[in-house]
Amino acid sequence: MWDYSDKVKEHFFNPKNAGAVAEANATGEVGSISCGDALRLTLKVDDDTEVILEAGFQTFGCGSAIASSSVLTEMIIGMTIDDALKVTNQDIAAQLEGLPPEKMHCSVMGREALQAAIANYRGEVWKDDHEEGALICKCFAIDAVMIEEMIWANKLRTVEDVTNFTKAGGGCAACHEDIEGILEKVLAEKGEKFDPESAPASKSEPIAAVKGPLTNLQRIKKIEEVLESLRPALMADGGDVELVEVLGNTAYVKMTGACNGCQMAAMTIAGIQQRLMEVLGEFIKVVPATEMAKLTNIEVA
Amino acid sequence: MADIYLDNNATTKVDHEVVDVMIPYFLEQYGNPSSIHKFADGVARGLKQARQQVQALIGCEHDSEIIFTSCGTESNSTAILSAIKAQPNKKEIITTTVEHPAILSLCEHLEKEGYTIHRMPVDKAGRLNLESYKKLLSDQVAVVSVMWANNETGTIFPVAEMAELANAAGVMFHTDAVQAVGKIPMMLQDTKIDMLSLSGHKLHAPKGIGVLYLRRGTRYRPLLRGGHQERGRRAGTENSASIVGLGKACELALNYIEYENTTVKEMRDRLEKGITESIPHCFVTGDLYNRLPNTTDIAFEYIEGESILMLLNKAGIAASSGSACTSGSLEPSHVMRAMDIPYTAAHGTIRFSFSRYNTMAEVDAVLEVMPNIVATLRKLSPYWDGNGPVANPEQAFAPTYS
Repeated sequence: MWDYSDKVKEHFFNPKNAGAVAEANATGEVGSISCGDALRLTLKVDDDTEVILEAGFQTFGCGSAIASSSVLTEMIIGMTIDDALKVTNQDIAAQLEGLPPEKMHCSVMGREALQAAIANYRGEVWKDDHEEGALICKCFAIDAVMIEEMIWANKLRTVEDVTNFTKAGGGCAACHEDIEGILEKVLAEKGEKFDPESAPASKSEPIAAVKGPLTNLQRIKKIEEVLESLRPALMADGGDVELVEVLGNTAYVKMTGACNGCQMAAMTIAGIQQRLMEVLGEFIKVVPATEMAKLTNIEVA
Repeated sequence: MADIYLDNNATTKVDHEVVDVMIPYFLEQYGNPSSIHKFADGVARGLKQARQQVQALIGCEHDSEIIFTSCGTESNSTAILSAIKAQPNKKEIITTTVEHPAILSLCEHLEKEGYTIHRMPVDKAGRLNLESYKKLLSDQVAVVSVMWANNETGTIFPVAEMAELANAAGVMFHTDAVQAVGKIPMMLQDTKIDMLSLSGHKLHAPKGIGVLYLRRGTRYRPLLRGGHQERGRRAGTENSASIVGLGKACELALNYIEYENTTVKEMRDRLEKGITESIPHCFVTGDLYNRLPNTTDIAFEYIEGESILMLLNKAGIAASSGSACTSGSLEPSHVMRAMDIPYTAAHGTIRFSFSRYNTMAEVDAVLEVMPNIVATLRKLSPYWDGNGPVANPEQAFAPTYS
């Protein structure tokens, strides 16, 4: 049984705005019947103000698909379509108090239906830009298609490479056999052979580890350098990280984009901390910037 | 009314009589059966009795043909790996597209190691074609592994006939019978089945105990080596309490086998008839005329199974579904796909599986809530319009794939 939040259950058992909007002037249809999830979103948009007056959904899908559709309609009614376009799938998931990794795609479907409906209102054609594969890494919700693309794009050769570039396999490690299988397949397509012993793919300029005590300025510069090196992997997931403040051995960071509100954010932060400690050669704690006010107050007191 | 359990093909409640015979093996006769002292002196006798109780249920010739394992999956893996290790020159395996993952995943793995896997397709009613089966049998085939009854639809395969054909071609025959044992009368000594897997928790014994039946004289290589237990064919200290429990469960199953095929079947039939008569656009999957007596798998078109299960669960009813979302995969059940059930129906399949603990009153309770559950979800479905599906549903709603 899935561990659904109370909010998911609430929206599933008592969905809001079910059914098609009468006199809708925007319709978005997304999903895949083979995967078992499909959604039609209908909107009534005020032509003068571009405010969404009404929204209705019709969904073929599981509990979280219906809940995602329902909560989405609640979120966007009263928004202008420009503001509605800023709603991310993480916003939808956060509004539902989180979704299991296997079910994050339900929130993606909600966001895409919204984009499709707004494109339809504007007389544009919406095009889906991603393909979804079987879920491989359950710790970080990474699917097979993403891993394959990264192997192709970055000439990855080992499981370690895949973890460095996608985070897949960086948690419980149970999916390493599956990742090896994907490596075998893609490398065979490239005419190469998978060798688990081969050297990791060259990363962009390895960062030299430092020794000895650091001044605060040196520490901040080094932290910036490490975050810069981790940025491509985060951005591949649609997220980003920003250094806000360094106080003693604590670095405060702001997770942005897709990382914001994601259930995996805590594990990502732990990964950043690990990397920083390796490079800086000293203990350093990475804390979300939202915790800063609390902690600094305690220190002052 | 108390909660209603209709998911007995997934697992069953342990019978109280089974629990009762197990308890002394935890608290008194807890000695290692290999030990020579009074904490163990009754264990060997208990194990022998259990072996005979299993023997009686499946009708094999010798009790030494029973090997206790930890589960059905272990029995399946042991059987197939034994067959290929004992015959290293044979590089082909015959199975079906609708086997349990315990067989399919193992075969997929062996395929990577160079084995040729023949996966026999089924027709829309889930049946095999024996003519094409005969053509696959050859001296290159190490083993045939075909389930006795399908876990999702209950469809029964003609394993006795298939074992005869395999035997005539000199090919070993294994059957995964975890769903069939206790529901279908068996007399293995009259068949040419070489190996059979069964699982305790499907017949009111605890989880964590299984059996591999190994016909005397069948060439065999153990999966686990390291001790004399099970005559050296499955090392590891005997799970004595569970073995004794399984023995009792087999004795009870034999007593109830007629009840399964009369009263339990009547409950299943009443539910099936009631649902298909009161709910439009639903149909029963599998081979309706050749099925386990306790199983019905019904496809509710234009809605999705996990949603149905959540609403059933809210009403206190437990069942299961072949939808993709239920398992977190991207495809509906491989059994539904193999039978070519359309996606709009395959995702909406619900399996109700009964046991001797169910009652007619429970059937009526399910019949009371089911029409409303289906109607509620159809109201949300883009394929549904008022009282029926939209015209040309696949064209009327053709979403952009995402």
